[in-house]
Amino acid sequence: MTGKVSFEAIVARHGPAVLRVCRAVVGAADADDAWSETFLAAMRAYPDLPADANIEAWLVTIAHRKAIDLIRATGRRAMPVGHVPDKAASSHVDVDPDLAAMLAELPPKQKQAVAYHYLAGLPYAEVAAVVGGTPDAARRAAADGMATLRRTYPGRRPTKGAAQ
Amino acid sequence: MTNESDITEALERALPDDPDQLRRLHDRLAVAAQTDGVLDVAYRTVDTPVGALLLAATEIGLVRVAYASEDHEAVIQTLADRISPRVLLAPPRLDGAARELDEYFAGRRQAFDVPLDWRLSAGFRSTVLHHLPEIAYGRTASYAAVAQLTGSPRAVRAVGTACATNPLPVVIPCHRVVRSDGRMGRYLGGAAAKAALLALESAA
Repeated sequence: MTGKVSFEAIVARHGPAVLRVCRAVVGAADADDAWSETFLAAMRAYPDLPADANIEAWLVTIAHRKAIDLIRATGRRAMPVGHVPDKAASSHVDVDPDLAAMLAELPPKQKQAVAYHYLAGLPYAEVAAVVGGTPDAARRAAADGMATLRRTYPGRRPTKGAAQ
Repeated sequence: MTNESDITEALERALPDDPDQLRRLHDRLAVAAQTDGVLDVAYRTVDTPVGALLLAATEIGLVRVAYASEDHEAVIQTLADRISPRVLLAPPRLDGAARELDEYFAGRRQAFDVPLDWRLSAGFRSTVLHHLPEIAYGRTASYAAVAQLTGSPRAVRAVGTACATNPLPVVIPCHRVVRSDGRMGRYLGGAAAKAALLALESAA
């Protein structure tokens, strides 16, 4: 008895959140590769994962490493369009390309903290374990990132002096 | 001031789930896992005249056929528990088994040739199951006759248990084992399924 759910159930349960994280951290163009490498590495290691492990945090940890590898590789290839996701990849009707682009423009630490805390739902202690540093530093990075998004998010920007 | 949940919702809207993309990624994972040798159990379902059948295979061969009445989700979890948790919906490995089942249900196939993985049956039950293909297509044998085949003529009840726990129904023809009084007897896929299989085989 392994006492573990099937890997199919892991993919079904966590695949969407990990994809959101990948798109946030490496951009839409490389998200497929990041997701694929994350889940293949996870499947390889799954039998040895302790039964009581936090699956979401484990997957985000792997995705974080794969994202760093990909960003390094992409950097060496001289990425043509910076971090802005290309239009074709984000053509979904409900997409808010401005916010996705603004997220892409955040400094890496802030972007990662926002993605892992707000998109993957990890507590700051887990975020810190993934990105390094203290939980407080992770909290500050996420707060700074959110402040930038809030300040510049179109249509949601508070009119000066209107809000109390 | 925009509150935090507004921005979080907007972020999730900015990165919407795309079911097609997730399906594509899932299939890509299944292919990569197979290539990488980490796809310990692949499964799919096939629609048949006796309902949806779950088919599962290891690298060795077909390891499980399950009726819908056995609860496919529960069967998948049992495969994860007993064989390996590295289980994925990955139809290509089951292409051969699915094709042979199609041919069988169309009356064009009388025996199965796909490689089998017997690891889910052991001991005397396994011995019994290994003898079942000796009952010819379109014929039946009593539990007592199968006990004779195994060389343990008094193990009639154990033959019943082996049939009731056959991990490879249809392919290993426990449906051809009937009661000595000529009545059909029980079947792990239900009496209707057993009747349908026997009718199919006697018509061909």
